[in-house]
Amino acid sequence: MSLTTAHSVVAPSANSKRIAGAIIIAYALISIVPLLWIFATSFKTPPDSIAYPPKIVFQPSIEGYCNLFTTRTRQTPEYINSLGPATGFCDETVRKRNMVIAGPSNFLPRFVNSLIIAFGSTFCAVFLGTLSAYGFSRFKVPLADDLLFFILSTRFMPPIAVAIPIYLMYRELGLSDTALGMILLYTAVNVSLAVWLLKGFIDEIPREYEEAAMIDGYTRLQAFWRTVLPQATTGIAATAIFCLIFAWNEYAFAALLTSGSAQTAPPFIPTIIGEGGQDWPAVAAGTTIFLVPILVFTILLRKQLLRGITFGAVRK
Amino acid sequence: MLNRTAENVARATPEPLARKVRGISDKGLAWLFISPTILLLLAINIFPLFWAIYLSFTNYRANRPNEVVKNLGFANYQRILGDQDIWIAMQTTAHFVFWTILLQTLIGFTLAWLIDRKFRGHAFWTTLILVPMMLSPAVVGNFWRFLYEPQIGLFSYVISFVSGIPPTSIQMLSNVSMAPWSIIIVDTWMWTPYVMLICLAGLRSIPEYIYEAAEVDRASNWRQFWSITLPMALPFIMLAVLFRGIENFKMFDMVNLLTGGGPGSTTEVASITLKRQAFESWRTGYSSAFAIILFVAVFGLANIYVKALNKVKQR
Repeated sequence: MSLTTAHSVVAPSANSKRIAGAIIIAYALISIVPLLWIFATSFKTPPDSIAYPPKIVFQPSIEGYCNLFTTRTRQTPEYINSLGPATGFCDETVRKRNMVIAGPSNFLPRFVNSLIIAFGSTFCAVFLGTLSAYGFSRFKVPLADDLLFFILSTRFMPPIAVAIPIYLMYRELGLSDTALGMILLYTAVNVSLAVWLLKGFIDEIPREYEEAAMIDGYTRLQAFWRTVLPQATTGIAATAIFCLIFAWNEYAFAALLTSGSAQTAPPFIPTIIGEGGQDWPAVAAGTTIFLVPILVFTILLRKQLLRGITFGAVRK
Repeated sequence: MLNRTAENVARATPEPLARKVRGISDKGLAWLFISPTILLLLAINIFPLFWAIYLSFTNYRANRPNEVVKNLGFANYQRILGDQDIWIAMQTTAHFVFWTILLQTLIGFTLAWLIDRKFRGHAFWTTLILVPMMLSPAVVGNFWRFLYEPQIGLFSYVISFVSGIPPTSIQMLSNVSMAPWSIIIVDTWMWTPYVMLICLAGLRSIPEYIYEAAEVDRASNWRQFWSITLPMALPFIMLAVLFRGIENFKMFDMVNLLTGGGPGSTTEVASITLKRQAFESWRTGYSSAFAIILFVAVFGLANIYVKALNKVKQR
């Protein structure tokens, strides 16, 4: 009996590889269908989006995107004709439905809120996380294990449970429905991940680098700045993207603690309605725009993904 | 060359000398580095937690801040433990956690086991499979509501196409017996890749020589699977179950957008009950007590589980 028999796991046979590949490809294709469907729906007209049977072949339209970014009012055809030529794609599309553009919708401000809050909290979480991770990695901190566990355990709380007192606290401090309040909150939620992940990355950088730098006359801070930070760049970047994805996707806190000026996109997108119910092409357009950054990050991150989702508990 | 010398010197130098720094001491620096994080967590996590503990003993209502607050002792806790609806919500939560974990582990492990065969193009397809778990559960919940729509939804259409049942009778979200499953399906679709990824890491961590030795011993494929693959991947599977368990115990976004707890209260998980009590009925004290009970439950169960996990790891 040879070491590599036909069915061994050590060297899977060509046949078993082919079957495995076929199953995986089938699963991947089926699991991606809902996303492709949303993408397709964003280019349908409202009537096409609710046609039965569901339309797979359709005339693409940007109506969904126009509806996403604008608010419209219904007008008589005579009034619309009196307005003169349409001023752009969206104007023209909307006029076909006897409507005129009344103004911008709330989507752009909500999307901008998402950007500000996600990037702001990511910056703060990574900044604090890098310092703490370095502290835990290089110094003898009393009760280090307990502190690290405490930092991790803040993730066990159901968000709704903390939301009650935070809601009250923010009301007292005037932080309700402000971007600052959300940035602080998401920073607190993300810093646990940042500390755990970055500690793993910094532990892997040999201490000798700093010690050599200090022998050369650098202070501890200078050594940290000149030797550790440049070495940890990849780890810091990966951590930042994980924090960004969490803050970008978060819904529970955003839905309970923001209502107007600081609302982010996740609680906003489901509220987009058109005439007679949800405007599915507009919702799909909003969803598509919202998902694009995440898709890009997934591809960038695939190598670090495992560390990020397990708090660095598993390394690939 | 110079670098190397410096490294060698550093390695040979006793710690205190290497650590001699100008200005701030190492101990001071350690606290300077760690304290901002600790302070932030104390302010945004621990302080609210203690506030919630305090509130849980009162009849405070957040929508009536000027009312006199009465201390109720353990009355809120007693009422929760005797409340039929709360127990039903806990059962619903347990039901979700059980089925989602079972399905995600079975499918996730199988996928990982297949991907581990490294067929051509496996890296590309693996990345594609990972996409759903990177999305926002709220946005996912919302567009699955569209897919579930009877008549117009793709899901209902495909099911009716395959099964021959008229699409109008496929009411995933408003049918009492189907609604819980509609959430389990979405959660499984979204999070199976997560379990798959962790299982894959587990399978890749098994050294090949063990299989080679098993081949020499003429162990059958089944035997190899049961006595090598599964036990060695078990700590990883358990880790995935832990993370998914904690997350699904807290599940809120998806349920809130898909069914909002309905129809009736068939999909009302603990987080939804909590939201209703706290932000719709404004029973702040009562809901705080429920929140504390939930937190203690997650914390306790997670701790017991981690102990078991450590035992498996040490084997």
